[in-house]
Amino acid sequence: MTVVDPVTYDVARIREDFPILGRRLAGDLPLVYLDSANTSQKPAQVIEALDEHYRLHNANVARAMHQLGAEASGAFEDARTKVATFIGAPRREEVVFAKNASEALNLVARVLGDAGRVREGADVVITEMEHHSNIVPWQLLTERTGATLRWFGLTDEGRLDLDDLDTLITERTAVVSLAWVSNMLGSVNPLEPVIRRAHEVGALVVVDASQAVPQLPVDVAALGADFVAFTGHKMVGPTGIGVLWGRHDLLAELPPFLGGGEMIETVTMERSTYAPPPARFEAGTPPIAQAVGLGAAVDYLSAIGMENIAAHEREITAYALGRLQEIDGLTIVGPKEAVDRGGAVSFTLDGVHPHDVAQLLDSKGVAVRAGHHCAKPAHQRFGVQSTTRASFYLYTTPEEIDALVDALHHTKQYFGV
Amino acid sequence: MDVDALYQEIILDHYKNPHGAGLREPFEAEVHHVNPTCGDEITLRVHLDGETVSDVSYAAQGCSISQASASVLNDLVIGKPVGEAMGLLDDFTTLMQGRGQVEPDEDRLEDGIAFAGVAQFPARIKCALLSWMAFKDATSQALDIEEKTDA
Repeated sequence: MTVVDPVTYDVARIREDFPILGRRLAGDLPLVYLDSANTSQKPAQVIEALDEHYRLHNANVARAMHQLGAEASGAFEDARTKVATFIGAPRREEVVFAKNASEALNLVARVLGDAGRVREGADVVITEMEHHSNIVPWQLLTERTGATLRWFGLTDEGRLDLDDLDTLITERTAVVSLAWVSNMLGSVNPLEPVIRRAHEVGALVVVDASQAVPQLPVDVAALGADFVAFTGHKMVGPTGIGVLWGRHDLLAELPPFLGGGEMIETVTMERSTYAPPPARFEAGTPPIAQAVGLGAAVDYLSAIGMENIAAHEREITAYALGRLQEIDGLTIVGPKEAVDRGGAVSFTLDGVHPHDVAQLLDSKGVAVRAGHHCAKPAHQRFGVQSTTRASFYLYTTPEEIDALVDALHHTKQYFGV
Repeated sequence: MDVDALYQEIILDHYKNPHGAGLREPFEAEVHHVNPTCGDEITLRVHLDGETVSDVSYAAQGCSISQASASVLNDLVIGKPVGEAMGLLDDFTTLMQGRGQVEPDEDRLEDGIAFAGVAQFPARIKCALLSWMAFKDATSQALDIEEKTDA
């Protein structure tokens, strides 16, 4: 396990790269941004890459025969290569650009159904801790095909309950789709036994890595899943770009998702043939500048080192878990120790609704999320309607956790609890 | 941001001691409204006696603003003719959507004027309106039922 080395990992230095972190809010309060699981902030390197693309290289990709077209196409495809290297993809053609992780997951669910990989009588297995974007596409697919949706439950600690592994994933199972890191509970799921069991019975495995790729070193080849989805804006990249990684042999045999420009080989009025992956799944003008920005984000994270970022995330999460548990009436929903745990901490505060908590924290400059975090079933499992969530990233400092704790004490006082 | 403008004493009082909470019989219509962005929920029943709002009863889960708003709604509309209750609904909605520029009429909205500050917090306007929208929906259903029974 890597430990944060203060010489090579200088949070103050990293913070200087993020212009927004120097912002003052109403009342001249400094911004304490603890909502990175929602969206991360962007370093100057990413902002400048977007800016430079639009100022100097803007053109459409893959069809413009002029110099700018060649530059834009080159930059777009370079970004694909960077992402492929960053996640350890064996081939760059395995990286499909989508709008976000939701679209990437919908893409898989849609084409697996269209390909007849999920039919009536089959099971699709998900978990109770999924984000709505990894629940609803599978509900739509099973409703459309007559397949059955099943799911893993959770332990009281907020871990995946794998006791049912062999009875839940069976010969009937066509697809297993699960989060690597929960956006609400923070749990890091043990993917290895799930993938092993799924492959034993011939099922495909989809991993929602939206909260994992930003925080953990990822090697999709070593992971062994069949598809991995994530989004750019949670990993210091721009909004509007997500990634679907898929095994090349699978992508090559699956039908298109959306029809349109760039995804075809040839078109007649009667029928069309389709381009090989990844173009087959990228109809229309893609998010070009966003891909360039994501490439810059990947360069930025790689320069710091994902091992270092993961170690920092563990340390700051451990500190936050400790400090939050000092507060009377505060209950953490999810694992209370920084073991196999990501940097999102959801909690309730007795007598104060999460919206009111978030409002009071905001009045002190502390930005958190309140609500169901697009994980209503997980909230229901723990008997709460909503929670307040603080989430941390490579630029989060212990002083910011202290500011959160102070603001929570103020909140309790304000509401007289 | 001045949270004191949002959390008026009156709002916190209603939040801690909501008026008329709980679901009661009789009722002509029951609705369930959800604020999908935050998950706040209310089940609300309306009982009409001819043209008069005879009872509004509710079970709600939500933040102080949504809970206090349901409590104030309860105070304001029970015993009023439906037309007048709908007038209050219009006044309250106008206040909420007025970006802080609307001067509320205390004679009409009573404790409801405490919500004037909410209009400056766009994210919270839906919280304040949740019970009122549920009331509007339930009342129109109750009126439909009355109409059918009379016909």
